[in-house]
Amino acid sequence: MTTTIQPKGSARRQFIVDTARMACGVGMVGLGLGLYARHATALPPAAIRPPGALPEDRFSAACIRCGMCVRDCPYDILHLAKPEDPMSTGTPYFVARQAPCEMCENLPCVKACPTAALDHSLKEINKAKMGLAVLVAQETCLNFLGLRCDICYRVCPVIDKAITLDPQTNARTGRHTLFIPVVHSEHCTGCGKCEKSCPTEIAAIKVFPLYMAKGQLSAHYRLGWVEKEKAGGSLVAPDVEHRYHMPEGLKYEYGKGLSVVPPGEAGSGSVPSVPPVKALQGDKL
Amino acid sequence: MSTLPKKIGAEAIAEKGWLAAHKWLILRRSSQIGILLAFLVGPWMGLWIVKGNLNYSYTLGVLPLTDPYLLLQSMLNGKLPETLAFVGAAIVILFYILIGGRSYCAWVCPVNLVADSASWLRRRFGVKGGVHLSRTTRYWMLGMTLVVSVLTGTVAWEMLNPVSMLHRGLIFGMGFAWLVIFAVFLFDLFVAQRGWCGHVCPVGAFYSLIGRASVLRVHLPQREACNNCMDCYAVCPEFQVIKPALKAVDGAPPIILDAQCVNCGRCIDVCSKDVFAFGARFSVPDSKPITQAPEPIAEALK
Repeated sequence: MTTTIQPKGSARRQFIVDTARMACGVGMVGLGLGLYARHATALPPAAIRPPGALPEDRFSAACIRCGMCVRDCPYDILHLAKPEDPMSTGTPYFVARQAPCEMCENLPCVKACPTAALDHSLKEINKAKMGLAVLVAQETCLNFLGLRCDICYRVCPVIDKAITLDPQTNARTGRHTLFIPVVHSEHCTGCGKCEKSCPTEIAAIKVFPLYMAKGQLSAHYRLGWVEKEKAGGSLVAPDVEHRYHMPEGLKYEYGKGLSVVPPGEAGSGSVPSVPPVKALQGDKL
Repeated sequence: MSTLPKKIGAEAIAEKGWLAAHKWLILRRSSQIGILLAFLVGPWMGLWIVKGNLNYSYTLGVLPLTDPYLLLQSMLNGKLPETLAFVGAAIVILFYILIGGRSYCAWVCPVNLVADSASWLRRRFGVKGGVHLSRTTRYWMLGMTLVVSVLTGTVAWEMLNPVSMLHRGLIFGMGFAWLVIFAVFLFDLFVAQRGWCGHVCPVGAFYSLIGRASVLRVHLPQREACNNCMDCYAVCPEFQVIKPALKAVDGAPPIILDAQCVNCGRCIDVCSKDVFAFGARFSVPDSKPITQAPEPIAEALK
């Protein structure tokens, strides 16, 4: 060791000061880096991750930004985020409106990924959940306007499952049918072909990352009709038969409307014995 | 002493000839550019020798190579990679244990070209001084990036890392990454001498840790022949590593064992007395007595 002319305490003080200076300086850089890294874990709406990508918070920890998925994509749709892009620098994404996922059955991008960032347990491209298509612009969707565009429905690789056309009455004309494209999240892979193919100036149907597009019922919600089917019958006491005050000789049935009571059945569909005023007051006796 | 900066390596060029005085520099630039070209002929010409980038690459469909520092940040978040990436990291670690951890900095890293340009301009135009940074800053940076990775659940250093930004930029599209690279250049040119690679970069810090016990080292088989021309100190990006071995400080053997040495071999080039040579760690050359006293300037450079 070299000899020091300083007293022992001074050297120790210098060491503490140097350490504190270093810790604070590097700590400041770390703070900036941490905040920046944190901000960049939110995926912007236009960017869709390749098939099998983990949810965004886990993806940015698993992806090592090597670009192997970009290289092995036979359609060259993937990009690596540049520093100015609003997501983790160097991570892969595609923009559906520019070039959608072509849904290769052998999943070359997933196979190329050297980490778990693209989940290797994904074996079927139809099970991918890259995002979810949403018909965002009902005002400009040609099918909503009453035309038979149907392009999104036709190009969908999971046709008749991910997008169906639901017939509805065209209230404007009163005699035509609207074929409303409906996206089913259970089957939609988020490939973005619908968005790419939408012929309007700005796509009426768009693909968004799942966290933005997919809703979820509260955990305590139960759908009565589903529960009823599961249980094989109503879980609550059946509704009492509706009783109406009808003009003499008419009856009303739900779903059928008014009809004339055939002779001999008179009185069965109405409640003739209660005066109208009393009926309005309910059963307060 | 003349006011103009002395041309470094002039003696060596006069003694050995230009080529011999630039041998390792030429080899090193060939390695840096060659590696870059191997990555670039794929996207440029469709000739796929290497896919990927310095973070992870796959050569000719057989050789995986993974940046272990990057993988560490990912694994600290509990993300285990696929087998190939593991194998790739193991290969890289073993390779650099053999040839010196920071050989990566001198022979592979593309930022070295930027830093060396800044350093050359500094010498050429006599830019002196700058902010003093401790050489240990990089280890603090290394620790910080690992902590921030865990705290934010990201591969944190990848947000800023000029090494991967430059390499990825050249291969996959630069965007505004050139601004970061330019900032590193200006930092080295005006703010701190050898600032980025020599003081701050946590990637280099990580590789220096790998290379602590590395086999390939710079030997000083003829340190007694040193004429104190100071050229080695002037070109060395980590000049603090030379003195103990050259001047036998505290009886140090004639071999540079400091993990900061980047094995660039530039000291071998610029020495007209052939003091330096590459060799294995285990074969330390015989230590002959040093007749000349250490030059005062060498003391000042410490």
